[in-house]
Amino acid sequence: MAHTLPPSVTGESLRSPQVSPLAALPLAPLQPVLRRIVHKIAAQYPSMFARLGPHQTSVFLIEPQGLPFRLLLRPDPKNLMFRAIPRSGNPPHVARISGRFYDLLRLVDADEDGDALFFSRELLVTGDTEAVVSLRNALDDVDGSVAESVATLFGAPGRAALAALRKRAEHNVISKGRKA
Amino acid sequence: MIRPELVCPAGTPAALRTAVDAGADSVYCGFQNATNARNFPGLNFTPEELAQSVAYAHERGAKVLLAINTYPPAGKFSLWKDAVDTGARLGADAFIVADIGVADYIARAYPDIRLHLSVQAAASSPEAIRYYCREFGVKRVVLPRILTIPEIRQIKAEIPCEIETFIFGNHGLMVEGKCSLTNYVTGLSTNMDGVCSPAADVEYVREADGSMSTRLGAFTIDCFGKDETAGYPTICKGRYTADCRPDGYYAFEEPISLNLSELLPDLIRAGVHAFKIEGRQRSRAYVRKVVGAFREAVDAVMDGSEPVLADLLALTEGQKQTQGAFKTKTWR
Repeated sequence: MAHTLPPSVTGESLRSPQVSPLAALPLAPLQPVLRRIVHKIAAQYPSMFARLGPHQTSVFLIEPQGLPFRLLLRPDPKNLMFRAIPRSGNPPHVARISGRFYDLLRLVDADEDGDALFFSRELLVTGDTEAVVSLRNALDDVDGSVAESVATLFGAPGRAALAALRKRAEHNVISKGRKA
Repeated sequence: MIRPELVCPAGTPAALRTAVDAGADSVYCGFQNATNARNFPGLNFTPEELAQSVAYAHERGAKVLLAINTYPPAGKFSLWKDAVDTGARLGADAFIVADIGVADYIARAYPDIRLHLSVQAAASSPEAIRYYCREFGVKRVVLPRILTIPEIRQIKAEIPCEIETFIFGNHGLMVEGKCSLTNYVTGLSTNMDGVCSPAADVEYVREADGSMSTRLGAFTIDCFGKDETAGYPTICKGRYTADCRPDGYYAFEEPISLNLSELLPDLIRAGVHAFKIEGRQRSRAYVRKVVGAFREAVDAVMDGSEPVLADLLALTEGQKQTQGAFKTKTWR
């Protein structure tokens, strides 16, 4: 059953929100890009879906701090969904994951430990915890870099954008005095 | 001086490869069912994955230790027997067990495969350890995290098997294998179902003031202030009120991780044969950083040089670390 969470549980008040250079992006052009990304990852890493078990059909609301939109993910290989939605509103979802965009990126790439982010309160999870744990474990069993795969999808500009994001993330980590 | 084996956690095949690549001498893991004490959703190995992982480890000189360290409920032994048979067929180098029935089956059916006594057996006295050695041929005991180094040295002198101690991760002060707190709250048993605080029963609620409540089943077990670090959602690490402590306090344990990096030389001198890193539920990032750090530290100690101790605080529970009972039994 989908949770609908009160407005106070938006994660907006997590620490140090950063304004992303992507802040001005309109959503409509993003949708086919996101669709392409999720289909590419699904084709490249089909084994990850088994770890999701019954949560393949769960809808996850992902709130990257510093981006002007949120993401809805349904990791169902038969009915994939990954799309951007406005920051307002409360679409049906079973779990909500909030954190800085850079941390989420590093999390997906197994460069960051999700439990450590949770302990430091930089990652917030609400709703169906089992679904989130399954998703985390499924992604963590992916060898290589999901971010690299996505960047490669867009050629040299994609790789340059990823390098810029990583540089920015590294700068943020250093400026916080936190060990990466 | 014994060169200690670095025993590292793997919750997924990718984590196992990461551990091996980071310098693990051996990796411990389990199947995707109740036969191991980290039976979490999305975690652990299928038989096919274990076969591939054993091959990966063996090709690189590392061992795979299969955790079958829960207690079979009466009448349900077949799942544990199947796990043992499958592990033996796939080339596991040792079984980590807690239950005497499982130990007896392995000792009879696979006498050539090493038996390690899990910390879940909570064997902390020479008498208890000698019983497992005598009856089942146990080759190594994983000691509970409640002993000082002098006590470990004394035990080593009185037992005929190797000693493995935790050096990083969960502080683990409960009488392991005997804790029924999760069972009391959720109906699932840590010791028989292999899951402490099942994720399906855990809920985090962010309040309007920025605080976060952790709930397990019908119980709120902690509430963290806006800027307060958090811990795992286990009952033993919750804060509770009592007549004498109306403001709430950590009645059992507190969110804190064990880190014995500074005690490695003392542990080696005490006769510890293997160092264990806790955290099969953790990510590849954790495995890579912690295993790499302890690989360097152990190698430095063995080379007679001063170990460079990496800062692992960011990976600790509650972002706090302790040497626990290993240093002193008055650590709180």
